[in-house]
Amino acid sequence: MYVAAKGGEKAIRNAHALLGKRRRGDAGLPSITLDQIAQQLTLAVDRVMAEGSLYDVELASLAVKQARGDLIEAIFLIRAFRTTLPRFGNSRPLDTGDMLVRRRVSATYKDLPGGQLLGPTFDYTHRLLDTALGGEGGEYPVETGSDAPLAMPRVTDLLGQEGLIEAAPQDDGSEPFDITRAPVSFPVDRATRLQTLARGDEGYLLALGYSTQRGYARSHPFVGEIRFGDVEVVLDVPELGFEVSLGTVQVTECQMVNQFKGSAEVPPQFTRGYGLVFGQCERKAMSMALVERALRWQELGEEPGSPAQDEEFVLSHCDNVQATGFVEHLKLPHYVDFQAELDLVRRMRAESPAQMKEAAE
Amino acid sequence: MSHPAAAALSAGFDDPVFDAQASFRAAMWALARPGRVERLDARLAPPAPLLPEAAALALALCDYETPIWLDAPLAAAPAVGAFLRFHTGAPIVEEPGAARFALIADPRGLNDFTAFPQGSPDYPDASVTLILQVESFGKSDLVLEGPGIKGTAGFGAAPLPVDFVARMAANRALFPRGVDLLLAGAGGVAGLPRSVFVKEG
Amino acid sequence: MSAQATSSMPRSSMPDITYNFAYLDEQTKRMIRRAILKAIAVPGYQVPFAAREMPMPYGWGTGGVQVTAAVLGPKDVLKVIDQGADDTTNAVAIRGFFEKTARVATTTATADATVIQTRHRIPETALNENQILVYQVPIPEPLRFLEPRETETRQLHALAEYGLMHVKLYEDIARHGHIATTYAYPVEVAGRYVMDPSPIPKFDNPKMDDCPALQLFGAGREKRIYAIPPHTRVHSLDFEDHPFKVQHFAKPCALCAATGVYLDEVILDDKGGRMFVCSDTDYCNTRQAQGHVGELGVPAEDAA
Repeated sequence: MYVAAKGGEKAIRNAHALLGKRRRGDAGLPSITLDQIAQQLTLAVDRVMAEGSLYDVELASLAVKQARGDLIEAIFLIRAFRTTLPRFGNSRPLDTGDMLVRRRVSATYKDLPGGQLLGPTFDYTHRLLDTALGGEGGEYPVETGSDAPLAMPRVTDLLGQEGLIEAAPQDDGSEPFDITRAPVSFPVDRATRLQTLARGDEGYLLALGYSTQRGYARSHPFVGEIRFGDVEVVLDVPELGFEVSLGTVQVTECQMVNQFKGSAEVPPQFTRGYGLVFGQCERKAMSMALVERALRWQELGEEPGSPAQDEEFVLSHCDNVQATGFVEHLKLPHYVDFQAELDLVRRMRAESPAQMKEAAE
Repeated sequence: MSHPAAAALSAGFDDPVFDAQASFRAAMWALARPGRVERLDARLAPPAPLLPEAAALALALCDYETPIWLDAPLAAAPAVGAFLRFHTGAPIVEEPGAARFALIADPRGLNDFTAFPQGSPDYPDASVTLILQVESFGKSDLVLEGPGIKGTAGFGAAPLPVDFVARMAANRALFPRGVDLLLAGAGGVAGLPRSVFVKEG
Repeated sequence: MSAQATSSMPRSSMPDITYNFAYLDEQTKRMIRRAILKAIAVPGYQVPFAAREMPMPYGWGTGGVQVTAAVLGPKDVLKVIDQGADDTTNAVAIRGFFEKTARVATTTATADATVIQTRHRIPETALNENQILVYQVPIPEPLRFLEPRETETRQLHALAEYGLMHVKLYEDIARHGHIATTYAYPVEVAGRYVMDPSPIPKFDNPKMDDCPALQLFGAGREKRIYAIPPHTRVHSLDFEDHPFKVQHFAKPCALCAATGVYLDEVILDDKGGRMFVCSDTDYCNTRQAQGHVGELGVPAEDAA
């Protein structure tokens, strides 16, 4: 006698209850507040906003908490919420040249107008565990200057004055493709490429960017500039006849300056790889810029053949919400398909030496 | 607003969610079962000569992503364009070649299908859906065959272009490219997708 | 459905989050509905659509869920199955999603449903002309495993160039003596497009042919919708000397004694004991209630 396993509903309920309990952890400890997450796990929150494609510190903090610190899960929560939001309009393009800069470094010039501004960075820290942080203490007053943001010109604009770098693509005023509202088809235009990379997985882009440095589509990159700071978001309201400022967002912008030998039409000059990400996500912005440049091989008449140059491959697999869903779906029951394969394998084995009869065709 | 008609704009769906769903479902079954008239209970009073059934389909299916083209009788009534723009947000276009949907009040005067987008071999879906207003269904003087039809089915609607059978044959010959037709009026909607073979009965 | 902020938050309290009927906003539904209409007009052709993120992972039925959400109305009766069963965890989760967001009636009885969302099976009970079968599709492109590039496969479909697929199937015959594809077995729809039927066992393929119900296919991650209208010719690819054949099972269902149905293998112990039972739980339960008893089953009146 056999009774089939039932009770999916109850099992799911119980699993969710257990998840809630584990998320909370020891009930004797205070529950972590969203303010604490927003203030103390800023870079996690920034990554969730960047790859979740929604600039909302409070909701991103909530997602980090709800996801128990699993950032891809948190990104997924934000995306699923974002997709339900109505559109009121499109902002004007952000002007990162008008950024109030909190950090800005250039690897191409020792000094430049506006100067180098290290800002809040892990660079040059000694990666030694700071046991003081393990306790309640850890006051870190800023000793010198202030962290008030400054305005400064972009390095690539300075290079552009001499014509040594390709001109930034002009805004032709057309409505850019929106990867969240229309299905992508290949080959893609620049807007589609940049949007897809901007919400792409940091680790994936990091690995691909790294591969270009190791010779797979080497592009001799220099960090022209990385800047992080606050940019105003402005909306045109036709009904009002004037523009309205919606506030500021923090973004990281990376302009890679890459070698280019020139071609029949174009003299030797530097080319650009571009990265722009919500929040302070330098590693992501740099990786994005490297990959963006590698994907431009055709336009620049370069040799193809490296993984980072393969547009369909790179862009089809960079979304971690899609990737994690499909990889993890293998956990779902597949016993119908497996049964079909099982039957086939048994049959093929039976056909060679005659044996195994019970499930044969 | 420059249209004085906008002041007297006719109302849209009573229930935007469920009325849109019901209108879509009628259109869906109409295309899935070519020639079978699906009931379409359009509780709308659009400006003439737009019929309530055609208006219900437009409101259910169109929005800012779907340019609409209007035939001469509809284009001649500014209140029709104002009604559609207000309730759907869809741009009304002059060029039939730019349309995703075309509303036809007078099927007898319908442009050649080739004036409208017919899709490409790669993307046959990038084609127009024509919404033809009809006064009646019945009198099965046409025979339909193809996906969605068990065997053959009789079909009739009026008015239709005089060379309708020849047009539909040319449209079928383009398959998988081609245009799709929804015929709306008389409390119903019927579909003639590009996959259907239309013959004289 | 609404989400409330935790009360411990000292700052601004979170606003209520409310969702539309069947979760999707109306603009998204219109976009999906337009894709469905084109899919029906071009049977078997994969219509690109702007799939949205759903509150369940990609690969877990987001395409099917979006199609269901776009067609569903307040009078519908919804059935959700995964691997043929109504009570598998993912089927339970998806059914619960629509109960919560659309408050529609749900059922496990195939005959009572107007919309059936499925993963990997077609019900054993014959479908009727008032039903919509919505398939969850992981990889909609039947040529994908032969040619990974969308730019290439789109061309092949445009030219109806399906030689690659026939070569693949014929290589199987050369190597194994028969075609070694057992699920997601490719079909030709209405004499034109080669289509992936989703990972249903090839056992179910014949049910697609001339089916009175409307069959809709949704692939969320891959952003494709396709359709088979009712009474459409669906031909499983084969060769004259190797005609298409479905699996058959040596024994009837151990619980309801059904034959000619798809069976799941259940391992009973660690000594090689196993049995075969209906994968379609509704079909099996109905038969048991009607008094059919398999060799390991319990007569209906004896079951507590």
